Amino acid sequence: MSEYIWPYANELEKVTRDTCDVLVLGGGLAGCFAAVSAAERGKKVILIEKGAVKRSGSAGTGMDHWESACTNPCSLVTPEEIASAYVDEQDHYSNGIFHYITCREGWDRMLDMEKFGGKIRDTGDEFKGAEFRDDATKLMFAYDYRNRFTLRVWGSTFKPALYKELLRLGVKIYEHTEATALLTKEINGRKRGIGAVGMNVHTGGLLVVSARATVLAMSRPARIWLFDSDLPGLCEFRPFQSIGSGHAMGYRIGMEFTMMEKSVRGEFSAAGRSFPPYGTGNNHNTWYAATMVDSRGVEIPYLDRDGNILQTVSQRYYPAEGQKFFLKGGVIDEPKYEYRGPETMPFDELIRRGYRLPFYADLSRMPEAERRVIWGMMVGEEGKTKIPVLQYYTERGFDPEKHILQSYGSGWQSASFLDQERQLFGAPGGIMHDWNLKTNIDGIYAAGDQLFGSDCGGAACATGHYAGRKAADCAEGYELHEADEAQIAEEKDRLYAAIYRNDGMNWKQLNKAISKAMQNYCGGVKNRDLLMQGIDLLESYREEAVPQLYAENPHDLMRTHEVLDILEVSDMILHACLFRESSSKPLCFVRSDYPETDPPEDRRFITVRRENGRAVRGSVPLDYFGDLKSEYEKHNQDYIGGGKE
Amino acid sequence: MMKEFKVSPAASSAVPVTFSDACTGCNICAQVCQCDVLLPDTRKGKHPIVMWPGECWYCGACVMSCPVQAIRLEHPLMNRARFIKAFR
Ligand SMILES: Cc1cc2nc3c(=O)[nH]c(=O)nc-3n(C[C@H](O)[C@H](O)[C@H](O)COP(=O)(O)OP(=O)(O)OC[C@H]3O[C@@H](n4cnc5c(N)ncnc54)[C@H](O)[C@@H]3O)c2cc1C
Repeated sequence: MSEYIWPYANELEKVTRDTCDVLVLGGGLAGCFAAVSAAERGKKVILIEKGAVKRSGSAGTGMDHWESACTNPCSLVTPEEIASAYVDEQDHYSNGIFHYITCREGWDRMLDMEKFGGKIRDTGDEFKGAEFRDDATKLMFAYDYRNRFTLRVWGSTFKPALYKELLRLGVKIYEHTEATALLTKEINGRKRGIGAVGMNVHTGGLLVVSARATVLAMSRPARIWLFDSDLPGLCEFRPFQSIGSGHAMGYRIGMEFTMMEKSVRGEFSAAGRSFPPYGTGNNHNTWYAATMVDSRGVEIPYLDRDGNILQTVSQRYYPAEGQKFFLKGGVIDEPKYEYRGPETMPFDELIRRGYRLPFYADLSRMPEAERRVIWGMMVGEEGKTKIPVLQYYTERGFDPEKHILQSYGSGWQSASFLDQERQLFGAPGGIMHDWNLKTNIDGIYAAGDQLFGSDCGGAACATGHYAGRKAADCAEGYELHEADEAQIAEEKDRLYAAIYRNDGMNWKQLNKAISKAMQNYCGGVKNRDLLMQGIDLLESYREEAVPQLYAENPHDLMRTHEVLDILEVSDMILHACLFRESSSKPLCFVRSDYPETDPPEDRRFITVRRENGRAVRGSVPLDYFGDLKSEYEKHNQDYIGGGKE
Repeated sequence: MMKEFKVSPAASSAVPVTFSDACTGCNICAQVCQCDVLLPDTRKGKHPIVMWPGECWYCGACVMSCPVQAIRLEHPLMNRARFIKAFR
């Protein structure tokens, strides 16, 4: 007998049915903006979110940089320049459509955000006169102070503002509801998305929604290689409940993905190898361009791209002589010379020259405005910093004028992972799509981190809004279809199986086994035999472990569903890795049986989808999206003409 | 036959959040948590139970949403980064 009482209703077997024009799955930045733009077009919109919209998603508690808002009034760069720079920087294994939409429409979304109540300007004049501030517009910039296309923003205000706007527009929100499956129907010989199934994670009740069009915005997979049974919530960078259900449900219905063979050596997991994000001494992202010192207090030099030592703090924020702009931020690691900005001397060189570990970030040596903007604004408005870093460290006595904060490992991650401890990080794989952000399944669109090669909050807002528009247009011409009862019954059996057992295996045991399998068979160096064994082992888990999974309540049932999705996505990743028969530097992909790196015939997007139970390989040319500006304009005459630009 | 739900606190070495006496048991924090770490107590006026402590993502949304500042977030011991006096 448990001594605790389940406080929520028991709604097992209860099925709620609903209908809408546009159904949005996932209520982070992308999903909220998709719902907003579809609702603004007069559509009846339903949003399904696993947590609670007010603070859910990667940016639930904040974001401090809005990248690539190239059309803001102070910008000296064009959308074409920055989007093409990203595509080039990523060796064309890059989502040009996503980057261009971000660069072209990001500023529009910032203005929307402001209208909804989010803060994007220094309205309180706290930084009046600072070098990074435009005193006329009160906008504040980061990284490149000359070109001014990345803005410092008060992201902790964003999700509550969006939530209020959704309510104002009459969007119907189902919270604490996990979307679990996409419903499809063959129409005119093509598979079409006609809605989705979900489960309330408090009551166990099922939700079946019929929709004319659907937008997927459930972020990306996680907990594939990294899992910690003691602190599962800290084993990845993105929110714990975001594990790629959107990928799994898409894969099950034949959706096409690309770049899923790309994974990087872990960069973040506070369940062991790292620390609270933005809570250690470093000089990246939120902390750019903090002064760094070694253990003797000797300052670590910043260099320009030619290796010249920079003399002032201010110089860290300007392009080198003869350079138009530089790139920094979410997906920029070791940029090409052309886009490389100021950076501290390389770690190995520092050690050779006798700089001593540990290093520290020392804000006390910075000009007052730079110190105050890093500690207090950026640390505070960045996700997961207002309470866990700013408030927590302050309570422990940290004062940026008096103290210096330690760095760990050798980079901004403040961690040292092993090669097999991998992650989908930076700009990983995801859904393949066209210029309408439409997937290969008719009626289904995608946005934000669920798209291939994507990242960043401003991009999530821009692509979310865009996908919502396109889905609204699609809903215009499409009928509602009743879901096939057999599909629903099958999904119900799958979802409830673990709760109807009386004992068995806990979800953590399977998650741990999957992550160990992926480390062993899909680690830093891959080959066919390893990958085949990985596929085999996962299949044996499907046959032997899955039928034993056991959950006592809807919460644990949700966790169980997550691991089923992780199993699905791991299988997709293994197949994607098999399909690329060469190694690739930009994809961080090493095959010992195909050591040739980036042979010209393999410089393509390789896609993976499931057809009749089998993984199928496809291939799409890099740059399939064509000329960014003209293709965008061809597809968005309504938006351009609608007074938005 | 209706299956009855059972629940007991999941084992974890960490205690991510604690509640002060100021808590009124409004359960806004339990509602806002995207990881669903907290379970409302069925006794009126009691703070929610940290039922799944290991599942906390340490975002601080619960603390930010508390109308009476009754919640404290505490990092696992191993995650408390070091800081020292500046050299100058
Ligand atoms: C700590 C942190 C700091 C960051 N800082 C910045 C920054 O300063 N600037 C920047 O540009 N980017 C930043 N990023 C990245 C940025 O926040 C993300 O790229 C962006 O928010 C992604 O938006 P999204 O809507 O695609 O996904 P998310 O915001 O992650 O939203 C996905 C949503 O889907 C929901 N969901 C998942 N599965 C299901 C399901 N099965 N059913 C229903 N709902 C589901 C989740 O609960 C979540 O709410 C940061 C990320 C993190 C984690």
